[in-house]
Amino acid sequence: MKGGPWREGGRRLFANPGATAALAIIAVLVALALIGPWLNPNDIEALDWSRVAAHPGFAHAHWFGTDRLGRDLFVRTLEGARVSLAVGLVASTVSLTLGLSYGAIAGYFGGRADDVMMRILEILGGLPLIFFIILLTVVFGRNVYLLFVSIGAVGWLSIARIVRGQTMSLRRQEFIEAAVASGAGPARIIRKHVVPNVLGPVIVYATLTVPQIVLFESFLSFLGLGVQEPHASLGTLISQGAGEMEAAPWMLLAPGVFLALLLVCLNIFGDGLRDAFDVKERR
Amino acid sequence: MIRYVIRRLAGAIPTLFAIVTLTFFLIHAAPGGPFDEAQTLPPQIMANLRSAYGLDQPVWIQYARYLRALAHGDFGPSFKYKDFTVTELIRLGLPVTLKLGGAALIFALVLGIPIGTFAALHRNSASDTAVMTVVVAGLAVPSFVVLPVLALLFGIHLHWLPVAGWEPGAIRDLVLPVTALTLPPLAYIARLTRGSMIEVLQSGFVRTAVSKGLPLRTVISRHALRPALVPVAGYLAPAAASILTGSLVVESIAGLPGIGRYLVQGALNRDYTLVLGMVILYSALLIAMGLFVDLLYAWLDPRIRLER
Repeated sequence: MKGGPWREGGRRLFANPGATAALAIIAVLVALALIGPWLNPNDIEALDWSRVAAHPGFAHAHWFGTDRLGRDLFVRTLEGARVSLAVGLVASTVSLTLGLSYGAIAGYFGGRADDVMMRILEILGGLPLIFFIILLTVVFGRNVYLLFVSIGAVGWLSIARIVRGQTMSLRRQEFIEAAVASGAGPARIIRKHVVPNVLGPVIVYATLTVPQIVLFESFLSFLGLGVQEPHASLGTLISQGAGEMEAAPWMLLAPGVFLALLLVCLNIFGDGLRDAFDVKERR
Repeated sequence: MIRYVIRRLAGAIPTLFAIVTLTFFLIHAAPGGPFDEAQTLPPQIMANLRSAYGLDQPVWIQYARYLRALAHGDFGPSFKYKDFTVTELIRLGLPVTLKLGGAALIFALVLGIPIGTFAALHRNSASDTAVMTVVVAGLAVPSFVVLPVLALLFGIHLHWLPVAGWEPGAIRDLVLPVTALTLPPLAYIARLTRGSMIEVLQSGFVRTAVSKGLPLRTVISRHALRPALVPVAGYLAPAAASILTGSLVVESIAGLPGIGRYLVQGALNRDYTLVLGMVILYSALLIAMGLFVDLLYAWLDPRIRLER
């Protein structure tokens, strides 16, 4: 597993200037989101009544300006970015775990079990899942954990399909037969032999879903269904900014540009990662 | 083929039934009810109101009643939009949403396919890289960021187009929202077309056509395009879903009277019938799109058989 293919993939990845630049920008944005709030003296909830809806600039401490309540937009944007990134990571992990277990089980057992499990996937894939998630978040309140899980629940279908395909081809290989012959049970074989061997491509695929999840979380927050006040996510800030854009365009542009930049870089990096590691697309 | 269509439509009924059931019990399980805001009403009036809408009955009786009405094509009255039935609300809003979404899907196809083909023909050249970088940006930036920024630029600064609003029949009102909705599927279609076109251009029958001395234009339009569009056809159903989702926010930003606001508003207001009607409508649209895609597949690639 380690060594050869990974090192070669890494080399190919860094030979791609776009992907490398995107990775660098992502690193800067993540670092900003993590340490940024301490660079600025303002607090996310602090109201500066002397500077309500202040223009951005370096003359005062509000580098991205303030909103209608005098809250600092630099700090709020970075706070929102941190929330968005956390949701992206956690929800991707949820969908990775779900998809990996489901796909490995279906692919390993094959036959009837596989038929039934794939049929369920097909039905779920045909449902308007996004509408159900909107309903769930409306109905069961703005619970952050529910948000993580329900967003993660959307992404796992395609991961399960990929894992199943890979597992089915692994199933016929000799080391699996050897494991069966030496008396290992299915649970052990899946855990020790199948999962480690399909993990690589699946992690690459999961990386591709991170921007989709970040986008979806901001979408929900934009609708007012995601992260709630006094906390902010990029979606909440964009939604508030869009209402004020005539008088105070920076309220829209600060979080909007941050989100756009983050999503573009995540997409470019994901593409680079796929090109570098995906065996199928290598020519 | 007609038999296939009928069988598929019949197969959609259990799916829709499952969706209705799930949604019904989900929304009824939610805390609160449609008349929570009216708490100042005298208890007697409140009780009358609840019994008028059948809310005093056990949930399963409400469910049975709803299904019965639904079987007769009746979505019931809206709880919040007084004097409107859900069917009337849909009839008022659906044309706007379909106009918006249909235009977005058509523009995405009409522009995305040539852009992708162009990039494939100039593979790895500077123009390919430039086009595909713009495409990634279009793919990544969500419509709820694009639309306000466009409105800021073309509406507020340049005064070319209205920022928001809707007069029936005015195309000007639709330009910005359609643009915002078009970009993500357009970018995705361009990418898909580029990828599959590159593959098709390397295949034997295309090389044969080129070596016969056919002009490139003919090779593309007669031989390469049809097989290259198979993945694009497969994307149409997810594209429709993403455009419908996008129209939820785009309609609210642009102030268009489509059906986008009903789902979220209906769920927040516990407007049970409206939410159910919306979910049924969206599911039916997506199921119909899925069927259309399968028919399109069979047309694009005759090796695909419809019967299974």
